[in-house]
Amino acid sequence: MFEWLSDLTGNQILAAFISAALPVAFIVPFVIFAVWLERKVSAHMQDRLGPMRVGWHGWLQTIADFFKLIQKEDIVSSEVDKKFFNMAPYLVFIGSYAVYAALPFSNSYIGSNIDLGLFYIIAVSGLVVAGILMAGWASNNKYSLYGAMRSAAQIVSYEIPTALVILAMVMFTGTLSLAKLSDLQTSSFWNWYIFGGPDWGWSKLLVLPFMLVAFLLFYISSLAEVNRTPFDLPEAESELVAGYHTEYSGMKFAMFFLSEYGNMFAVSAIASVLFFGGYQSPIGYIGNSLGISWLVPFEQVFWFASKGIFFVFVQMWLRWTLPRVRVDQLMTLCWKYLIPYAFVNLIIIGIISLI
Amino acid sequence: MKNPQEILEILKAQFPNLEFQLDASLPVETFIIADAMAINKISNFLAENEELLFDSLMNLSGVDDANGTKVKDEEGNETINGGTLSVYYHLYSTKIGHKITVRVSTARENPEVESVENVWKTANWHEREAFDMFGIKFLNHSDLRRILMPYDWEAGYPLRKDYKNPEFYQGMKVTY
Amino acid sequence: MALKTEELVLNMGPQHPSTHGVLRLELELEGEVVKNVKPHLGYLHRCFEKHAEAMTYPQVIPYTDRMDYLASMYNNFGYVVAVEKLLGIQVPERVEYIRVIMGELQRIASHLVALGTYGLDIGAFTPFLYCFIDREKILNLFEITCGARLLYNYMWVGGLSHDIHPDFVRLTKEFIPYFRPRIKELNDLLTFNKIFIERTANIGVLPVDTAINYGASGPVLRGSGFRWDLRKNDPYSIYDRFDFDIPVGQGLVGTVGDCWDRYYVRVQEMEQSLRIIEQAIDNIPDGDVQSAIPKRIKPPKGMVYSRVENPKGELGYFIISDGSTSPFRVKVRAPSFVNLSVLGEMSKGHLVADVVAILGSIDIVLGEVDR
Repeated sequence: MFEWLSDLTGNQILAAFISAALPVAFIVPFVIFAVWLERKVSAHMQDRLGPMRVGWHGWLQTIADFFKLIQKEDIVSSEVDKKFFNMAPYLVFIGSYAVYAALPFSNSYIGSNIDLGLFYIIAVSGLVVAGILMAGWASNNKYSLYGAMRSAAQIVSYEIPTALVILAMVMFTGTLSLAKLSDLQTSSFWNWYIFGGPDWGWSKLLVLPFMLVAFLLFYISSLAEVNRTPFDLPEAESELVAGYHTEYSGMKFAMFFLSEYGNMFAVSAIASVLFFGGYQSPIGYIGNSLGISWLVPFEQVFWFASKGIFFVFVQMWLRWTLPRVRVDQLMTLCWKYLIPYAFVNLIIIGIISLI
Repeated sequence: MKNPQEILEILKAQFPNLEFQLDASLPVETFIIADAMAINKISNFLAENEELLFDSLMNLSGVDDANGTKVKDEEGNETINGGTLSVYYHLYSTKIGHKITVRVSTARENPEVESVENVWKTANWHEREAFDMFGIKFLNHSDLRRILMPYDWEAGYPLRKDYKNPEFYQGMKVTY
Repeated sequence: MALKTEELVLNMGPQHPSTHGVLRLELELEGEVVKNVKPHLGYLHRCFEKHAEAMTYPQVIPYTDRMDYLASMYNNFGYVVAVEKLLGIQVPERVEYIRVIMGELQRIASHLVALGTYGLDIGAFTPFLYCFIDREKILNLFEITCGARLLYNYMWVGGLSHDIHPDFVRLTKEFIPYFRPRIKELNDLLTFNKIFIERTANIGVLPVDTAINYGASGPVLRGSGFRWDLRKNDPYSIYDRFDFDIPVGQGLVGTVGDCWDRYYVRVQEMEQSLRIIEQAIDNIPDGDVQSAIPKRIKPPKGMVYSRVENPKGELGYFIISDGSTSPFRVKVRAPSFVNLSVLGEMSKGHLVADVVAILGSIDIVLGEVDR
């Protein structure tokens, strides 16, 4: 992609800039779609209709809300720590946007083809914690501080099972690069890692149940990483009003929202790359069978986006069904249940990968 | 199950130095009149005696008897001098099933009644409400302050019959 | 220099999504553990008792609606039962039956709000809407009877304001088989959900003796295992003709007297109310609902204390009459006022999130607490 762009424009810096900014062109329409999806999903689960008037079944509602939010007064209380207060939403957004650099949207476009893709992703998603803590502290509000502390504890703790599962996958597949991981799961959906991987043999059969367990552990930890119910204590509406983003209004609040949905997709995308084949199609490519070879990357983007959106849908489904856990139960779940299971899983997958 | 006459006999037998009266003249309830400064001892006995076992205080309410003389002062406001404020206790026994009403009266000028909070903890908030609305001071209450009106309400005790609303409260006009 | 730790005083202020109204709770916290809870009331005080002294007896009835605005029928019921005792009149059978049916429908509606908002406090957003869908059907029944959806002014001294609509019996009979499976759905969705149980079992345990001493009543007392219901223990109206059970808390998933028990008692009470409605709806005798309403209500001098079983607990009216057409003193013993006083006792040693859970399980309505 980078080469094609630099050939097109003749300027390497411009090409690099466009290449890095392309995920924004994906995130913004995605967020518009995701907010609409969330409102419709929650409405239909609650036996009501949701937005229906603004556009066909309300799909323009998010755009209307965005225009409203831009016009709102940016209320900054006089007692806040101005520097940190203003910086915090952008830091949270950067933390979730930086992950998109390493996501393989198709086999010819990846923002930055690093060999250490997975390692980079785990590292950079920790920026979100710094941003949330800044938001909570600078708001000069006890409730925000509570929300921020809870969130920091939650995200840091749940990174550990995530990292352990990713470690198991790395041991099994032998690569940290996301592009290579997606490449390995070619030709049919039986080659996806959730079903054991592309090497057919005894190891595939043995590892199958443990891959399922690994996927479940990863999905639950990722729910906690993005602060979704049942782990949405930092923004627990009924207890802390709105947690760490209580004091934000207007565009800064919209930044928090944007980064939350961006994060949701990023985490779902990683789950789909690790276990469900990334951009690979389960049924083969229309472009290949019709002979139009330039159609294939677009199809791959389509499959990548659909798998990501499907997992986002499951996240929304869980949010509107389950109640919230309490903060000490959250910590118990992580340290006493998820981490031991993840360790055992890691060891067993490691043993199987030697076979 | 004891009727009020029998309960009166038991109380008289237990506290020979105190005065009790039974008032059965009006519908619907018969009530026992007791002494305001001894109500704590009496309540303790009522709650713990084997035959009575009044373990539940259903209700505690203050009443302004309005039996003093009405006096018009220089601004044309009517106040009441003299007379009494009363406190009614409605007791019930969950184990035996009988009820009794007890009334104590105290002077309007400096109303004081003993608190029964240490016998039935529910009296805590009921007594605070009686203090808030009538100004009755409950002795030995752990936390006697206003409960429904704002804490800095200076204009008196609302449910008294001669209460008038103040003009202003913290700069805001009260009447409209 | 040594580090000093202080207790944090957190104000769950008058405006808060979970305090069920304008209630201010001052929490003294050490980290997230609650050391003391001080409730501050009075934000919704509307001087009901003072107004009642200036109105005539029938004019007080709309004011009683507005105390516990989620169970208005029962507030009316308690007041008219008290005044009828004072007057010594007997109402026709038809009136009694209709009052019982309306009261039990109101009990179901009030419990639906309590359960729905409790789920919302715990974080489950969906049961709230499911409960309100069912409540809409009950409010429709009330609307065709007396025209109002929330504040009815329906039960008058000696009778009712309107006779029931010709379709009322048929619609109620359709409601009963519609609602029974919905209770089971609610149980599947929320009551036996593992996360919900984790949040509410063994939280806010209230022993029976403490409960009676603090004057708790209603589901708060029954959740602690004490089988006490004024409809059976101190009967009023015609409740002694119907066959129904009193559910008590048994500690099915935790200790007896925890939040889950109080919640489950409410769920079971809805089922029992359906049974009462079933028994009553077929046997409404004929008659005129306004025949016993006196022209002028002037009770003799005297006083009465009568109590009924509100959905929230024991609602008592203490009325003193001085022989004129307005009451001399009306004191309302509101169940939520008394139940709220147990909050401090139950929350010591729990976390902030638990205070929200405990407050929701007591089920208060600020209109009643402050009157």
